[in-house]
Amino acid sequence: MFNFFLLILIYTGIYSLMSMGQNLMTGYTGMLSLCQAGFFAIGSYVTAILTTRYGFSFWATIPLSAMMAAVFGILIGLPTLRLKGDYLAIATLGFGEIVRNVLNNWDSLTGGPMGIQRIPMVKFFGFTINPYKKIAFLVMVWIFVLVFYIMFERLGRSRMGRALQAIRDDEIAAEAMGINTTKYKVWAFAIGAAAAGVAGSLQTVYSLSVTPASYTFMVSVLVLCMVVLGGMGNFAAVILGTFIIQLISYFPQLVGLSSVIPAQFKQILFGLILVCMMIWRPQGIIGTRSYMVGKNRVKMEAADELA
Amino acid sequence: MNLLETKELTRAYGGVIAVNEVSFEAQKGMITGLIGPNGAGKTTLFNNMTGLDVPTSGKVYFEGNDITGFNSHKLSRLGMSRTFQNIRLFSDMSVLENVMIGGHYMTGNPDHKTGRFKNVFRSYFKMKDEEEEMYEHAMKLLEFFDIADLSQELAKNLPYGHQRELEIARALASSPTILFLDEPAAGMNPQETDHLMATIRRIRDTGVSVVLIEHDMKLVMNICDNITVLNYGQMIAQGTPHEIKNNPLVIEAYLGKDEE
Repeated sequence: MFNFFLLILIYTGIYSLMSMGQNLMTGYTGMLSLCQAGFFAIGSYVTAILTTRYGFSFWATIPLSAMMAAVFGILIGLPTLRLKGDYLAIATLGFGEIVRNVLNNWDSLTGGPMGIQRIPMVKFFGFTINPYKKIAFLVMVWIFVLVFYIMFERLGRSRMGRALQAIRDDEIAAEAMGINTTKYKVWAFAIGAAAAGVAGSLQTVYSLSVTPASYTFMVSVLVLCMVVLGGMGNFAAVILGTFIIQLISYFPQLVGLSSVIPAQFKQILFGLILVCMMIWRPQGIIGTRSYMVGKNRVKMEAADELA
Repeated sequence: MNLLETKELTRAYGGVIAVNEVSFEAQKGMITGLIGPNGAGKTTLFNNMTGLDVPTSGKVYFEGNDITGFNSHKLSRLGMSRTFQNIRLFSDMSVLENVMIGGHYMTGNPDHKTGRFKNVFRSYFKMKDEEEEMYEHAMKLLEFFDIADLSQELAKNLPYGHQRELEIARALASSPTILFLDEPAAGMNPQETDHLMATIRRIRDTGVSVVLIEHDMKLVMNICDNITVLNYGQMIAQGTPHEIKNNPLVIEAYLGKDEE
């Protein structure tokens, strides 16, 4: 059971990368995109193909997966990001499905529905990170999460993060304030996609095989649920949301009741939780955190005046 | 030379001609008013000048340069800034952050042309300095409008009059040479309007030229140096408040013609 808990934590880490990317797109910039699974798949296959066919090391494929996902993010972003809300969701949903269908049918490159097996394990200075020995792998995944968390957090607090929030609140006004909205939206999309690409690479070396069937639309929806559940626009909250969703998905197995509780049960539970959240806490468990620039300074100045 | 002018600007939506060959001009250091009955095409003309809309024909010149069809964000960098008829604040951000957005493009990239790549790294390491710079700039503006004590409130929680002021503060944060105000006094009571008039005068005194659309005649007649009147998309008069007051065409547009 302890091992099983570690598995949940590993998946939480991998999905956290995706949901933080989704948070940048949806929570910060307000773009309802539903194709994280597509970028996830691109990242996975880049690592799988390069390591099995061309003998790349896993570490070298990480930046390549991120870049490939980002390039596709820009390509899909440029034509679709002028759409808003549900229209954007439908267009990106289409992209996710296209990726999966291409992987399914491009036999010579991706191995078709069979996918790619026998992916080499990660080596780190002669030390093999074996996914069956979970602790080492867990540490590696969470180092990635930490690095991405710091990057995203800094991005969110920076000028660019503020510009993205401005675009979310009012795009026309943001444009009139001198923000190149198209550029920022495409970049936010590309960065979110790159994070999903890295998550894909990690997923590949964890499961040591890739098949198109694991990158369905359901993955994109789950990632969106994680963001909504945790709290849009708050990266720490999103990681918590990811953990809760993963915990629920594996709950029957975790308590050893998988023979009693059918697998479909978790989908009922997801639906129930989302409905309850929307009614009682629409801002998410932790909710949006606004940074409130200069808050402490204002307080200090007020205290000075009183003294 | 006029700071801003349009040459025979026309904007047609299908068969409806919203603005018809209007040659509008605004001079440096002046407050220019744009008035006319509802549906006269004032806001359309505004949108065409500030890059939110592209004219069907005709040209817009700013400081002598042709800026027809430029994007709004580009115009903002050239020194044009505007507010909106229905307030468009970033409602989930604090008052301070709203104003800081106005200084967004100026920070970290002073001439915003060269060294983009270098600036990516510069911004990364100098984030604290940049934030400080924007903070000081924004606080100065909030003090100008006397709303510095509200800097940590969310913009949506502000009372209406303050929201209007905040929108003007945000527009001023991009250090414009010309400021467009679309019905700044809409929905204000007489005291608030008086306060606004004084504020607009103070803005002009800092060297910013102002163009405004307004229905409140008291405000327009009192503070404008020059007034342009539109009716049914046509420019029917242009001149000082005194000339406009006595112009028979304007009186007809507002009050109708005597039937004899």
